[in-house]
Amino acid sequence: MIRTAWLILRKDLTVEVRSLEIAYTTLFFAVSCVLFFAFALVKEGKAPEDGAAGILWIAIAFAGTLALGRTFERERQSETLRALLMAPAARPAIYVGKLLGIVALLIAAEIVLVPLVAFLFQAPLLSHPLWLAAVLVSGTIGFAAVGTLFSAMLVRARSRDVLLPVLLYPITVPVIIAGVRATAELLQPDGELALVRFWVALLLALDVVFVTLALWTFEPLMTD
Amino acid sequence: MQPSLIQATRRRRGFGAQAPTRRHRAVVCVLLLLVACAPGVAQQPQPQPQPAPPAATDEFVPISQLPAQDQLPAAPLLVTAYAFVWVALFGYLLSVGRRLTKVQREVDRLESDIARGTRT
Amino acid sequence: MPKWFMPLLGVNAVMFAAAPFLIARADYESTMGLVQKIFYFHMPSASMFLLSAVVCGIASARFLFGGSPRQDRLAYAAAELAVLFGAITLVTGPLWARKAWGVWWAWDVRLTSSLMGWMVAWAYLLVRKYGGPGSDKLAAGLALFGMANVPFVYISVNYWRTIHPKTSVVPTLPADMGTALWFSFACFLLLFTLLLRVRVHLEEQRAKLDTLYLSLDE
Repeated sequence: MIRTAWLILRKDLTVEVRSLEIAYTTLFFAVSCVLFFAFALVKEGKAPEDGAAGILWIAIAFAGTLALGRTFERERQSETLRALLMAPAARPAIYVGKLLGIVALLIAAEIVLVPLVAFLFQAPLLSHPLWLAAVLVSGTIGFAAVGTLFSAMLVRARSRDVLLPVLLYPITVPVIIAGVRATAELLQPDGELALVRFWVALLLALDVVFVTLALWTFEPLMTD
Repeated sequence: MQPSLIQATRRRRGFGAQAPTRRHRAVVCVLLLLVACAPGVAQQPQPQPQPAPPAATDEFVPISQLPAQDQLPAAPLLVTAYAFVWVALFGYLLSVGRRLTKVQREVDRLESDIARGTRT
Repeated sequence: MPKWFMPLLGVNAVMFAAAPFLIARADYESTMGLVQKIFYFHMPSASMFLLSAVVCGIASARFLFGGSPRQDRLAYAAAELAVLFGAITLVTGPLWARKAWGVWWAWDVRLTSSLMGWMVAWAYLLVRKYGGPGSDKLAAGLALFGMANVPFVYISVNYWRTIHPKTSVVPTLPADMGTALWFSFACFLLLFTLLLRVRVHLEEQRAKLDTLYLSLDE
């Protein structure tokens, strides 16, 4: 099963690297998002308190939604999803493969976003790099876990572009809240690492719950 | 198949309103009864000097952020809350009742058509 | 409709008529006074909201893994009731909070997670209505995630520092408050059962209509 997931991940990465279409458009959208918020919220040259953390996560959420939509739209256009489902591959493995692809894409976007946000908002985002990485990775996995499941489900639905946020955002609210609070705590000059540890633990728990639920329901949801 | 899809593809007009069914009348009676209880709620006894409340009610003390002089009258809030509950439950009952009558009418019409052996 | 429906509807109406008298008789709370009496309808509505979310989740799971249309109809009905009771909770709560806390809304865990759960219920209804073919399964998947939120909503007040009263308030209520609360709770529970039955009946009639249309085609 791990081999299947790895194969799917490699396939997605290969296709993506050839054109880099989703990577570039997602990245550009994320950067524009951050700039938009910067213009909207900065007053007299200063950003609001904790603004950096919130803006970072909103940009990740919006860019993630776009990336999810585009990735599965590509699958739909070439009917490759149906081919994947007809192949003798374990359904959960397909899910894990696609999940890892989305997570990789989002992490790549975050690698660009974090320095940008740090630069624009003078936020010491890189003061605790390992903790920040832990927060970002666990939050991204949680968001992508739900997103991959719902996007895959929506591939054959009507109004799928609008329905993805409708389905995704309410469910991922805990992930976003935990991510923002953890990042904000890391940005404080006297931030308590114990609090950050708590939020990361919550994020990991959410990841486990979401991925388990997704693995469990992927098979019946993808069967017609 | 989704009911909405099927109904959307066949636009049919119902024939005149059917006589209110027993069920319909019963629902209306229940609703009137609920309305009649509204005065019972509205006649809240005015706050009277109470004997010292039992200590256990202290569990209910929340974090109050109101300065002492910024006191709101409580009655409008209370009445609005209960009124909203009645209206929401009422409204929902009416909505379900209306949808049910509509579908029931269609079902009865179709069944009688099929029994008569005619195609609509 | 089953035979027990109408008599129980009458019983429920009488109970709801009696409830305000019990509520008026209950003692006033020391710091909140009159406005605390919203509690007697707010807490049962919140319980029914969580119960609806759980019923929807369980029915959705049984539908996804068993394929029974009956479970799907039950899930749809329960989701609509979750929106209804959630709306009642989210309106009566802030009305109470305005006087008790001084603010209409606070972003604490209990309120935020309840609002989120309510939005999931709304999303369920939107997906069922506008999702097209296959939306029943989509919505079922969503409902499972929504059900996972319910225990979190319940225990959140006990484990986080929140402005919302803890769950320890209910078991420690004095006798007259307790009577009023549990009587109102019984009213709402019976109402929930009756509304669920009526709503499922509506879905059954819609399904019957579909089969009738289909049989006409043959």
